[in-house]
Amino acid sequence: MQEQQISIQDIEGRGIPLRGNDIDTDQIIPARFMKRVTFDGLGEFAFYDHRYDDEGKPTKPHPLNDRRFKDGSILIVNSNFGCGSSREHAPQALARYGVRAIIGESFAEIFAGNCTAMGIPAISLPHHDIEEIMQTVEHDPATPITTHISDQVVSVGEHRYHFDLSPAYRNALLTGAWDSTSLMLANLEEIKATAARLPYISSFESVEVS
Amino acid sequence: MAENLFNKVWDLHKVKRLESGQDQLFIGLHLIHEVTSPQAFDMLRERGLKVLYPDRTFATVDHIVPTASQERPFGDQLAEEMMQALERNTAEHGIEFFGLHTEHQGIVHIIGPELGLTQPGMTIACGDSHTSTHGAFGSIGFGIGTSQIRDVLATQCMAISRPKVRKIDVSGSLSRGVYAKDIILKIIASLGVHGGIGYAYEYAGEAVRALSMEERMTICNMSIEGGARVGYVSPDQTSYEYVKGRRYAPQGESYDRAVEYWKSIASPEDAEYDDVFELDAGQLEPMVTWGINPGQAIGISEPTPRIASVDRGHREVAEKAYAHMGFNEGEPMQGKPIDIAFLGSCTNARISDLREAARYLQGKRVASSVKAFVVPGSRQVAKQAEAEGLPQIFADAGFEWRGAGCSMCLAMNPDKLEGRQLCASSSNRNFIGRQGSPTGRTVLMSPAMVAAAAVTGKIVDIREHL
Repeated sequence: MQEQQISIQDIEGRGIPLRGNDIDTDQIIPARFMKRVTFDGLGEFAFYDHRYDDEGKPTKPHPLNDRRFKDGSILIVNSNFGCGSSREHAPQALARYGVRAIIGESFAEIFAGNCTAMGIPAISLPHHDIEEIMQTVEHDPATPITTHISDQVVSVGEHRYHFDLSPAYRNALLTGAWDSTSLMLANLEEIKATAARLPYISSFESVEVS
Repeated sequence: MAENLFNKVWDLHKVKRLESGQDQLFIGLHLIHEVTSPQAFDMLRERGLKVLYPDRTFATVDHIVPTASQERPFGDQLAEEMMQALERNTAEHGIEFFGLHTEHQGIVHIIGPELGLTQPGMTIACGDSHTSTHGAFGSIGFGIGTSQIRDVLATQCMAISRPKVRKIDVSGSLSRGVYAKDIILKIIASLGVHGGIGYAYEYAGEAVRALSMEERMTICNMSIEGGARVGYVSPDQTSYEYVKGRRYAPQGESYDRAVEYWKSIASPEDAEYDDVFELDAGQLEPMVTWGINPGQAIGISEPTPRIASVDRGHREVAEKAYAHMGFNEGEPMQGKPIDIAFLGSCTNARISDLREAARYLQGKRVASSVKAFVVPGSRQVAKQAEAEGLPQIFADAGFEWRGAGCSMCLAMNPDKLEGRQLCASSSNRNFIGRQGSPTGRTVLMSPAMVAAAAVTGKIVDIREHL
């Protein structure tokens, strides 16, 4: 049970500006690449149809194909990122590509939940901040970016942008208590007590009839 | 201040507040399928954990199953491996599996209600975003990712923050040729594909009350397309009757106690909501999508929107949509020739959907330019359709009759668009590439509209063909 120990504090890296609202998880990882029983190797298929031509060469204009951003690990996106299918293959593909944090205007809920469960901070900033960060990175891809979880600030070069995380979630990332399985399994007695008070378990448990 | 259903059911299932600030919520029913579960079982193995309540998880296979022939082993080795992984995992952990060896295999969101597993007042989770479907019963259904499937397997709980609740009040009654699908497409077009982020949607009002359970499922199914992870209808007599007598439904005195509970969690008339949105069903016409997300939808008599009239924040997506679809702004959708007609998916492949399409198709022929096929949502839907003679009607009209599965909704199986084909589809997503071809094009509509498009070879207004 090693995952529960990992504390997520400052994430430093370069940015990858990925413009566009409503980018759905079918774009992030097309369904045909989900025909596998592990998440291994998904990184190379991230945004496949946006990046690869008919001959399977990464020739299409896309930030993940852009040599200027090839060392990037902090994805910068617009609004409603990750909408559509619940597939965790999407954030898993991004993580395996090398993304360690995502900064955007807003995130689809299931996608954000998957990021949380994986320990990838999905940080929201207002539109004008995102636009400024994208322009900064597009102008100078080497601009260092750091997401400071403890003081809730993204620093981009000389600029600092404040973001909000719930105190509890921030604490969870910092202390490594973001691993929900361990957190919840610790409450085994309460789980059983909750089950026992549910009418459909205690009072009229369904019986299979053949 | 009276509590709405959502808050009552949430409070009942809340185990405790976690250090992460989220609530730990007990999940009454967990449904799994072959695509998003294998990694979750591996995670359990890595941690040496067991499934905490194996009798509260049920499995089926839907996404990758071929629909033309369901013989094993599958022709596609990768699909076969996924199938075997699910067989292994369910056997190892003692989980009931409605596989291809049973009469109950089908799309996960169709078999849950069909078997009576889905009941009012439950929390339900499944590694699929269309789990909101189950909300039609007055349960709370969450689409979850694989790490959360691991959570539910290991703890029967998920960690989640409580959303707000928006009441979608649909008044009036639907005109002939206008369906539940049109209600939800209109809601998404009105509130936007991200309008529901942070909200659960409660569908209410006289138009919703008048709908059958299957129609309510169609509406709840597409909640996620409007950004709402959860969508539900407060239960009523229609819901109680639907559940009664089903395989996993409470029987006899148990059923009576169940109805008491179901009534207790219903939203009262004076329930409080964080927001309300009103819609008049009487004003609706058949809806079609013109773009690349389900919010880009218009009434069939309307022209496609002018870019200049689109909100600034959505213009870029509108431009991308026109470029992909090859449509122009300000033109009608009616008359656009289609290549494929797909009648299926967890949105619209229940018996009532098939009946409605078959009623229209009786004595008609699919246009020679169109390939049309119908994929029943489950083996039970197929069996019922057979009892009513529907496959023959479809076959006589030129529709291929297939085996149950997700099919061309997401093309993780042999059913795929080719090249730039245009598909009239009863499914839920018109995302670029969704139906298997990166350049393929999807127009979402009701099953009756799909049938009419198949026969005429183009997008038409079903009201002129009834």
